[in-house]
Amino acid sequence: MIEAKNIDFYYGDFHALKNISMKMEAHTVTAFIGPSGCGKSTFLRLFNRMNDLIDATRLTGECRIDGADIYHKSVDVDELRKKVGMVFQKPNPFPKSVFENVAYGLRVGGMTDKNRIRQRVEAALTGAALWDEVKDKLKKSAFELSGGQQQRLCIARALAISPAILLMDEPASALDPVSTSKIEDLIHVLKKEYTLVIVTHNMQQAARVSDKTGFFMLGELVEFSDTKKMFLNPEKEETQNYLTGRFG
Amino acid sequence: MNKRTSQRIAFGIFRILGISVVGILVGILGFIVYHGVGAVSWEFLTTAPSDGMTAGGIFPAIVGTLCLVAGSLTIAVPLGVMSAIYTTEYAGNGRVIRLIRIMTNNLSGIPSIIFGLFGMALFVNRLGFGDSILAGSCTLGLLVLPVVIRTTEEALKAIPDAFRTGSLALGATRLQTVGRILLPAAFPNIITGLILSVGRVAGETAPILFTVAAYFLPRLPESVFDQVMALPYHLYVIVTSGTDLEAARPVAYGTALVLIVLVLFMNLLASFFRKILDAKKG
Ligand SMILES: Nc1ncnc2c1ncn2[C@@H]1O[C@H](COP(=O)(O)OP(=O)(O)OP(=O)(O)O)[C@@H](O)[C@H]1O
Ligand SMILES: [Mg+2]
Repeated sequence: MIEAKNIDFYYGDFHALKNISMKMEAHTVTAFIGPSGCGKSTFLRLFNRMNDLIDATRLTGECRIDGADIYHKSVDVDELRKKVGMVFQKPNPFPKSVFENVAYGLRVGGMTDKNRIRQRVEAALTGAALWDEVKDKLKKSAFELSGGQQQRLCIARALAISPAILLMDEPASALDPVSTSKIEDLIHVLKKEYTLVIVTHNMQQAARVSDKTGFFMLGELVEFSDTKKMFLNPEKEETQNYLTGRFG
Repeated sequence: MNKRTSQRIAFGIFRILGISVVGILVGILGFIVYHGVGAVSWEFLTTAPSDGMTAGGIFPAIVGTLCLVAGSLTIAVPLGVMSAIYTTEYAGNGRVIRLIRIMTNNLSGIPSIIFGLFGMALFVNRLGFGDSILAGSCTLGLLVLPVVIRTTEEALKAIPDAFRTGSLALGATRLQTVGRILLPAAFPNIITGLILSVGRVAGETAPILFTVAAYFLPRLPESVFDQVMALPYHLYVIVTSGTDLEAARPVAYGTALVLIVLVLFMNLLASFFRKILDAKKG
């Protein structure tokens, strides 16, 4: 379970997240929606501490995963990131072969047994619904894959190290409709094993894939509820306006 | 005059200037080849000088220059690459980093004879290396350090941040990211920096003058504490001093030709290497 409590986040003087609290249950899909610049990515990056890489940022509030404070001094950030995987908006495979891309996290984690690595790579590629398409080109450069395949490769790369949580920042926004629907199908399957948090600009996508939806605006969490309820009968007027396209 | 005519004239001038650069280069090469090719023979490449350096070959000087190139790169490459990794991948943009940058830039502006003097004071005398390959390599290593640092920095900066975040998001440490993703990706570009360094090291006279170069030493070095002859210094010696300057002139051109070919050959080797890496990458 992921739990954020009274989160405030600043880029220098800029107040990017304002007093946000939210709970996400295991094995659910949570979608973040909202106009550009409202803080969805910033909020998402809190959970694998990728915001740590940005200079002059400040965070207050509590951020817990399965009860443990992930910003506690004793937390090993590299280990945290092995449990909380991330898929980025633009596919970012490494300049390596398809196989080595997926094996990367394993090798970095210290796995050396060739057979085990091969099994895990195959399992991860299968899990990302990519195995059949790439099983004959494992040695080829990852850049030779299509954009959609590259994105699923990045998902496979994240799955290979068996995270508990998968954060996805607009994973389909750079893809064509066919690739997008493949990713969406995949999300439905992954939900059984992982806790997913997905940022999207596509309202229909949020409606299709998520159990719960959070609507952000100007750094605030305006509304957070079951996806069905939010889309059928939102509580706040801002949400209503955004969903019907009167804003953003 | 309308815009198009003036543009045409401007580009015409640029073109002539561009071509004349090529002309100058071809001129220099042609001049050296024309005068030097007669002196170069198998014997010239494989024997030591004789008859007051008016005859014989330049083998010890070739070996000496190769030793100095290898020695100085052995020193400059690890140092330069490591400090570039530090400045681009670890340190933020604090005062220390800016100081390092300024120092690196200034280091490359120091005349090479000053390096020679400093190398003599520090390596030859203070550290007691004596006139030796070690002292010369250290001095030349310092000289090319800024080039190595600068190219490595540029090579690292050219790598998209998405590779870094992608790697870190998988739980890799910064050091693992550097070693497994960034350095391999930057390698071909770092090689380019080495090409420049090789040319510089092989051709410099001033830094080796007081630190390693021997006037006349027909035997080959046995350890890093030996002196050696070197091509550029040998060239200087046979042009300016010796028993019979006129008689030694062909040897001088021959030496110049060998020096140029050596540098060109190393550049070719390096860019060939780079092509292979580029093809393998990705
Ligand atoms: N590295 C940064 N430094 C300073 N300000 C930043 C940085 N990253 C984001 N911001 C600011 O924080 C706010 C939230 O950005 P964020 O990227 O989280 O928005 P978003 O909701 O993901 O938007 P989008 O839908 O366009 O991706 C924006 O106003 C943005 O300008
Ligand atoms: Mg975003």
